[in-house]
Amino acid sequence: MTTSEGAFLSVRDLFVRFDTEDGVVKAVDGLGFELERGRTLGIVGESGSGKSVTNLAVLGLHDPRHTEIRGEILLDGQELTGAPESVLEKLRGNKMAMIFQDSLTALSPYYTVGRQIAEPYRKHTGATRREARQRAVEMLDKVGIPNAALRVDDYPHQFSGGMRQRAMIAMALVCDPELLIADEPTTALDVTVQAQILDLLKELQQQTGSAIILITHDLGVVAHTVDELLVMYAGRAVERGTVREVLSEPRHPYTWGLLGSMPLLDSDVEEPLVPIPGTPPSLLNPPPGCPFHPRCAHVAEVGGDRCRTERPELPPGRGAACHLPAARQRTAFPQQTKPRPA
Amino acid sequence: MLRFLARRSLGAIVIILLISAITFLLFFALPSEPALMSCGKNCTPDAIAVINKNLGLDQPVPVQYWHYMTGIFVGRDFTVGHCPAPCFGYSFSNQQPVWGTIVDRFPTTLSITLGGAAVFLFVGVGIGMIAAAFRGTWIDKFFSSLSLVGNALQIYFVGVIALAVLVSGLHWMDNPAYYPITQNPGKWFMGMLIPWLVLSIIFIANYSRMTRSQMIEQLGEDHVRTARAKGLSRRAVFFRYAWRGALAPIVTIFGIDLGSLFGGAIITEFTFSLHGLGRLAVSSVSETDLPTLMAVMLVGCTAIVVANIVVDAAYAVIDPRVRLA
Repeated sequence: MTTSEGAFLSVRDLFVRFDTEDGVVKAVDGLGFELERGRTLGIVGESGSGKSVTNLAVLGLHDPRHTEIRGEILLDGQELTGAPESVLEKLRGNKMAMIFQDSLTALSPYYTVGRQIAEPYRKHTGATRREARQRAVEMLDKVGIPNAALRVDDYPHQFSGGMRQRAMIAMALVCDPELLIADEPTTALDVTVQAQILDLLKELQQQTGSAIILITHDLGVVAHTVDELLVMYAGRAVERGTVREVLSEPRHPYTWGLLGSMPLLDSDVEEPLVPIPGTPPSLLNPPPGCPFHPRCAHVAEVGGDRCRTERPELPPGRGAACHLPAARQRTAFPQQTKPRPA
Repeated sequence: MLRFLARRSLGAIVIILLISAITFLLFFALPSEPALMSCGKNCTPDAIAVINKNLGLDQPVPVQYWHYMTGIFVGRDFTVGHCPAPCFGYSFSNQQPVWGTIVDRFPTTLSITLGGAAVFLFVGVGIGMIAAAFRGTWIDKFFSSLSLVGNALQIYFVGVIALAVLVSGLHWMDNPAYYPITQNPGKWFMGMLIPWLVLSIIFIANYSRMTRSQMIEQLGEDHVRTARAKGLSRRAVFFRYAWRGALAPIVTIFGIDLGSLFGGAIITEFTFSLHGLGRLAVSSVSETDLPTLMAVMLVGCTAIVVANIVVDAAYAVIDPRVRLA
């Protein structure tokens, strides 16, 4: 990944904090990344690592009464943090759009699929009802719904899960957004349907040249879909690189853990999966230093109190936010996390 | 839809028949002698027997029930003459045809219930939506406390206070009374206004709280967030998505509340000395006036059952996932 001034989407030093009754939750803690048009960025991490929160912040969908957002979110040079609601409303669904995880709850049960797809199109282009409906049919057809002209008047509950997710993609793409955020778009689907949906996203990206952020906790999904990968932990980016770099030569102990806990088709069936010990930290009161150190097996290797006291920085471009020496980061993965039977 | 209506109408008829039969049986469990009412002071057993024969009370209860129910549809012959359909018999207490009394009283009760329902739905749901829109602010807290107070009030208490303040004290209004809407809508409205407000107070409290919590729940739903992500304004999302979702449960509760609405109407009629069906129901029991009691029960019952069918049909219109069958 190159660091250039004029990236299409540029997030710098992003902090998202929620006021809760128990205290302030630091959901995103100094995150930065960039994304160019036509590229796909994968963001992976456990539940609660701040993936979704980051992307809701890009769209400005957090409730401002309980949320504090600091930092820069530049979309095509336009600052989104602190932008007035009227400006964001014109961008949402238009220049940037989002696909949500659970298409059953994310679509309103009270309106037809066609109406829900047509709605943002009418709002953003000023099209007539008839034109918008025509556009909805066209979009449903494009995402592979058979008999789109008939199904456009169906309600979401009359669609299957995979069709609903396609309809949601149609809804997100109806105004040809330049930035598409897909928040675990395939988690609720069968594996075969998952692959179809991911292929569809890729295909549509090739037609429109939009930038895509794919949020997932499934490394299998990212491998074939994304160009660059950002690994998040406790609201921070801990590793970044191209998907090939990160998957074949992971450098952060947390990424090692993620890969080690994933079954591989070519591995021995007897081989045990290695879970990451411990649980993700509380974001109300994150551990000092490296947030991963309470679960990390390499703290002793670094020596001293560095992991406990000093926050490792993520270097620009390819790299990991870890105190381990660079040479060690490159070589430690297979031996350390994947114990091979003798 | 047609199948639904057919099925529900059939069910409604069964319910109405059951309730009428139970009412009829219960009446004969009362320790009463209806003939005494018509007989006067110096009553002989012979006179009572004659009256019982004239009223048909000498026959077995099932036969009486049969005569009463068939009379509604085909009319009935009494010793005093023919009673055309719909014949609900003659009142034991004032010897007038019951149907005439019902026709006379029904509009009052209908005005009270429909008007009261309109007021509490409009005001209650409106307050709930305002409170939800301003959740956590003083506006929300103000309405929430108000609804707690409203919930603790009773019709007869508020009614008397309203009369004392608005009518006797400030002379802003006249005593509530029923004027037919067909003759003078303005007078009808002013005459019913206090009963409507008083009847609706408890309901307003309930409905505003329910609407508020439903709206807040809906505003947290995923599909509302999706609508925001599409670029819709807060206002559009609030009314088009959140309110639409909150509507279905409100309609359901309204259907359940129809019975207590009728009960509230009875208390309201008493509080304001209005002559409606509720008052008639109570007096017919205390005067052991079987034909009137039966007629009030049948009319009230039919009204509630029909309203319930309408509510269920409305529910299917509101929520496309509900299939009527």
